[in-house]
Amino acid sequence: MNKKRRSAFTAGVVALALIAASCGSDDDSSSSTEGATEDTAATEDSTATEDSTATEDSTASTDEMAEDEMAETECESPEPVSLQLQWFTQAQFAGYFAAVDQGFYEEHCLDVTIVEGGVEIVPQTQLANGDVDFALAWVPKALASREAGANITNIAQIFQRSGTLQVSFVDAGITSPEDFAGKTIGNWGFGNEYEVFAGIGQAGLDPATDVSLVGQQFDMVALLEGDIDAAEAMTYNEYAQVLEAENPDTGELYQPSDFNVVNYEEIGVGMLQDGIWASTDRLNDDPEYRDQSVRFVAASMEGWVYCRENVESCRDIVVAAGSTLGASHQLWQMNEVNKLIWPSENGIGFIDQAAWDRTVEVSLNTPNLDGDTVLSVEPDAEAFTNDIVEEAWDLLASMDFDLSGSSYTPIEVTLEPGGE
Amino acid sequence: MILRGLRRAALFVLALMIVAAAWEFYKAVGPEKGGEILGVRILPRSSERAMPHTWEMGQRLFDPEVRGQDRPIWLAVLGYSWFTFRMALVGFALGCVFGMSLAVVMARFSVVERGLLPYVVASQTVPLIALAPQVAALGGNWGLPKWMWVAALGAFLAFFPVSVATLKGLSTAPAASLELMDSYAASWWTTLRKLRFPAAVPYIIPGMKLGATAAVIGVIVSEVSTGVRGVGFAALTYAQKATSDPAQVYTAVFGAALLGLSMFGLVVAIELLVMRNRPAEAS
Repeated sequence: MNKKRRSAFTAGVVALALIAASCGSDDDSSSSTEGATEDTAATEDSTATEDSTATEDSTASTDEMAEDEMAETECESPEPVSLQLQWFTQAQFAGYFAAVDQGFYEEHCLDVTIVEGGVEIVPQTQLANGDVDFALAWVPKALASREAGANITNIAQIFQRSGTLQVSFVDAGITSPEDFAGKTIGNWGFGNEYEVFAGIGQAGLDPATDVSLVGQQFDMVALLEGDIDAAEAMTYNEYAQVLEAENPDTGELYQPSDFNVVNYEEIGVGMLQDGIWASTDRLNDDPEYRDQSVRFVAASMEGWVYCRENVESCRDIVVAAGSTLGASHQLWQMNEVNKLIWPSENGIGFIDQAAWDRTVEVSLNTPNLDGDTVLSVEPDAEAFTNDIVEEAWDLLASMDFDLSGSSYTPIEVTLEPGGE
Repeated sequence: MILRGLRRAALFVLALMIVAAAWEFYKAVGPEKGGEILGVRILPRSSERAMPHTWEMGQRLFDPEVRGQDRPIWLAVLGYSWFTFRMALVGFALGCVFGMSLAVVMARFSVVERGLLPYVVASQTVPLIALAPQVAALGGNWGLPKWMWVAALGAFLAFFPVSVATLKGLSTAPAASLELMDSYAASWWTTLRKLRFPAAVPYIIPGMKLGATAAVIGVIVSEVSTGVRGVGFAALTYAQKATSDPAQVYTAVFGAALLGLSMFGLVVAIELLVMRNRPAEAS
């Protein structure tokens, strides 16, 4: 009896171990597929014409950057670098996915792995920990991390404008932050709420007593259900969500005319959002990394230029990269993101001193409910640099891109129910 | 035996239908805007957005996940669940091995039990969402693939019930039997293998049942916080459509429920296997 029992138990344990072992190896293969498909896509897409432009490009840049010569002319094996996103795959990051898909990174001898974000993933922390080579982050959030010791530098400010809105129904009569008084105002937390507080402060209101601030989910249900009077929304995501929802009174989708929108950029408290951040120490001490940064920024710019000219293609690239958002929602997002980037008056990626100063000023002077500000001291000179951007422009000089997008016109996107 | 299985399956379907009927009933009679009882908001809303019809959820399973692609949502959710299932299984297996080993050590050296048990209990009060990014950073430093530390967090939740149950089980061998082993001059190890451990199995199994579901929770929460594409990811991305398409959110919930049931079923299968030769009075 004893023996039987024991053998049965052993069998169970062995079975468990076997299952565990088998799924271990399965996971290995599945986790590597994503990178593999990206690789093949990139190889297929580097067609003959693009190769020739790459060569032209390299000859032009040899004069200016002798140390680049090796990397540019003969790329034996692409150098692996990784980019940490702030969230899951979506059109907000289309330029980077396009640069992978269209082989722009490969032309610059980079093998880029794009790392998706998550609820608890803080890109600038991942960067400061050395888990990734580059990270996307909003400027105030990254500066707060920087003040707390993360040694990171903004090397390219891709989004030139803030896309944060406060959306409310027309009948609530909220057309400016002054109207927030006595209202229930939704905001997100996680460092996404600074502009809301800045708007409240600008209107001369006290966030603790004059308005009722409530935490909001990353959706617009609370607004539609009437729990809050005004909801925080990004132009490229949550605002589209309400326009994809059915208005029970009409049976049709909600229309922009149903809502009042406070645009924080327009009222003058917009803060810089998605920028590319790199490790300060490695930029200073590691010439190879610095060189990779220039090429990474250059190829990313190419990706964003591509998405400006090929809105629908970029939508498809993002869907192929694994986004589960609906097609019209994704196209809307692509279009709105383009509006945040283009036109870039100084050229894409350039960090405009005035916009930077405004972001810092708001971060220093806007107290939250506890009276704390985002930053307590001004960031030092290493917090951003335009050197990388300017060298990246030089790399692209021969390709005759319009890097400022001065003639950019957005497309019209019709949202479908549910964003499908 | 087959008849009993059929009856169980029928009961399961019936229970599911009762839940669906209760849902629809509340949706029909419940207040559209939610309600208060004695000034406290406790009645949930029954609006379309808060409580989509059950058949809409069912229908949604057969819609394509992304328009223009063939893959229907049920297949997509199944894929996500399968990915999570494997991580949960690894986590559960790790948790069982670790939990049982820990229990054996604690049973052997009571000083270890007294010293360690408070920490084992305390470990379970650390919120997983606080732990996940830390483990993520560690895993990143060691160059481990993401799924591995997600599984490790599953193990972190799974080991506790297994460990506590095993510890209890190991002390349940009848004194007379223990004395018999002593009279044979059996070593502690032999007593463990031949007497204490077999006697502990009826205690370990319920611990494993708790551990299996805990592993699923641990893995899903870690997925959500660290961005691994399992069913937790699906729930989160589908929730982005909560504003316009609330029914789709529930498809991911179905996937997670299926996942929990499968893990539980696995333990039941193990139970049947290890308990089959047990005399009735011993179990």
